Amino acid sequence: MNLTLATAGRVLAQLRADKRTIALIIVLPCLLIGLIAWMFHDTPAVLDRFGPLLVGIFPLIVMFMVTSVATLRERQSGTLERLMTTPIRKGDFVAGYALAFAVLALLQAVVVVSWSVWLGMDVLGPLWLVFVVALLVALLGCTLGLAASALARTEFQAVQMMPAIVFPQLITCGLLMPRDQMPEVLEWLSRVLPLTYAVDAMQHLALGEDWADIQGAVGVIALFTVGAVVLGVLTLRRRTP
Amino acid sequence: MRKKPPEERSAAISVVGLGVVRGGRTIISGLDVEVPTGSVVGLLGPSGSGKTTLMRSIVGVQDKVSGTVEVLGLPAGSPALRRRVGYVTQDASVYGDLTVWQNLDYFASLAGVPSRGRKGVVGKAVDDVGLGGHEKQRVGTLSGGEMSRVSLAAALVGDPELLVLDEPTVGLDPVLRRDLWSTFRGLAEGGKSLLVSSHVMDEAVQCHRLLLLRDGALVADVTPERLLAETGAPDAERAFLTLIDEANAAAEEGGDGRTPGAAPEPGPAAPATTASVPEEGTR
Repeated sequence: MNLTLATAGRVLAQLRADKRTIALIIVLPCLLIGLIAWMFHDTPAVLDRFGPLLVGIFPLIVMFMVTSVATLRERQSGTLERLMTTPIRKGDFVAGYALAFAVLALLQAVVVVSWSVWLGMDVLGPLWLVFVVALLVALLGCTLGLAASALARTEFQAVQMMPAIVFPQLITCGLLMPRDQMPEVLEWLSRVLPLTYAVDAMQHLALGEDWADIQGAVGVIALFTVGAVVLGVLTLRRRTP
Repeated sequence: MRKKPPEERSAAISVVGLGVVRGGRTIISGLDVEVPTGSVVGLLGPSGSGKTTLMRSIVGVQDKVSGTVEVLGLPAGSPALRRRVGYVTQDASVYGDLTVWQNLDYFASLAGVPSRGRKGVVGKAVDDVGLGGHEKQRVGTLSGGEMSRVSLAAALVGDPELLVLDEPTVGLDPVLRRDLWSTFRGLAEGGKSLLVSSHVMDEAVQCHRLLLLRDGALVADVTPERLLAETGAPDAERAFLTLIDEANAAAEEGGDGRTPGAAPEPGPAAPATTASVPEEGTR
């Protein structure tokens, strides 16, 4: 546990030293949501409907990118090999990263949701649940990024993991087309991809539904997060060729 | 194989019949190495001779290892060893975006130094590597030599019983090299064991013992004095070249060119410098 906290503290210190990354993580989603609000300023219902979905999708993409590149950097700089000769456990390493990025994710969720509401996004369901889902999705993105970085050998590959793992989810999650109108195979595909459940939960909240209606989806997101952590731990190797 | 002198205490590192395959190529085969407790042992050899691979096997991060590697009485890579062994890679493996102090504080906490004692431990490590005044500086803005000293300090903070150092003096000026070598000898006098690889022959004579590696096999295991005496060379560098040339010639005579595995047994053309050299009073 101590080593988890020490690692989280170290990752946060590294993030603090990189102000531009923090700014991009926080400001970029706000900018994009601002563009949509501006584009549809005559039809505010569009922001009410799509705003929450975007609030649920951004954290996944951003956190996935940041963590997969950060851990790859750790592999390539030789620091990971060095860590593997110290008493740190693989679980400490993964949990430390997840914890540090969860702090950043919380900050992102607070700023992005507040900004969207200020722009006029009207969520009929409880707003605090929008925060919760956004935070969970950010954590999911983080842990998926950790697991995916094990598959990447180079920075180019790590960057390509984003389209490989995130884009299929974006296409089938119900943002482009309601899932019940999709070809059957694609609908099934959407059911085994986690982003679907984030979008599903946000759609329900936008329509004014409550915890009882989204708890199933939230549970699935949590399960995927746990699965990604396990995968991240399993793919870390102490001994390398 | 190698006769173990009876007076030798339990070795810090004991490698028997080590074999390592990397990328389908045999890097090391049938290697026997011993590092006595409380001494500085130099690991020398041409580049590609397997020095780093041997070190990685000793600290337990090398995959596809055969044979036995015992470190401080335990199999290499045992979880219990992670607190007792410090490893410094050839390239500085520290965080460039953190300050010197933040780096060392993190590695000290990983090594189990409680937060109360950490300030003193980190401060001492900074002094040991001569980086006083740079504590608040980001490691990425340091020079190459300074960076490798931060990397060394990151191993010292854990106060390990065994230090495995891969080329710790590369890129350092003569004054710093001398100071670091006296630090190493001081650590050994305090009972620590060190395995240090190097390219600089002149500093190798500061070791208690030298291991010469060629093509993943041991060419010599001698004291620096004996190395000079037996090769009749005027300095360590020429003594080293003499031995490597002799080993190359022996390998060719052996017919099959490169013969890793022929290891420490003296070949026909290699003189008595190889293998079992009696313990001598450099300790």
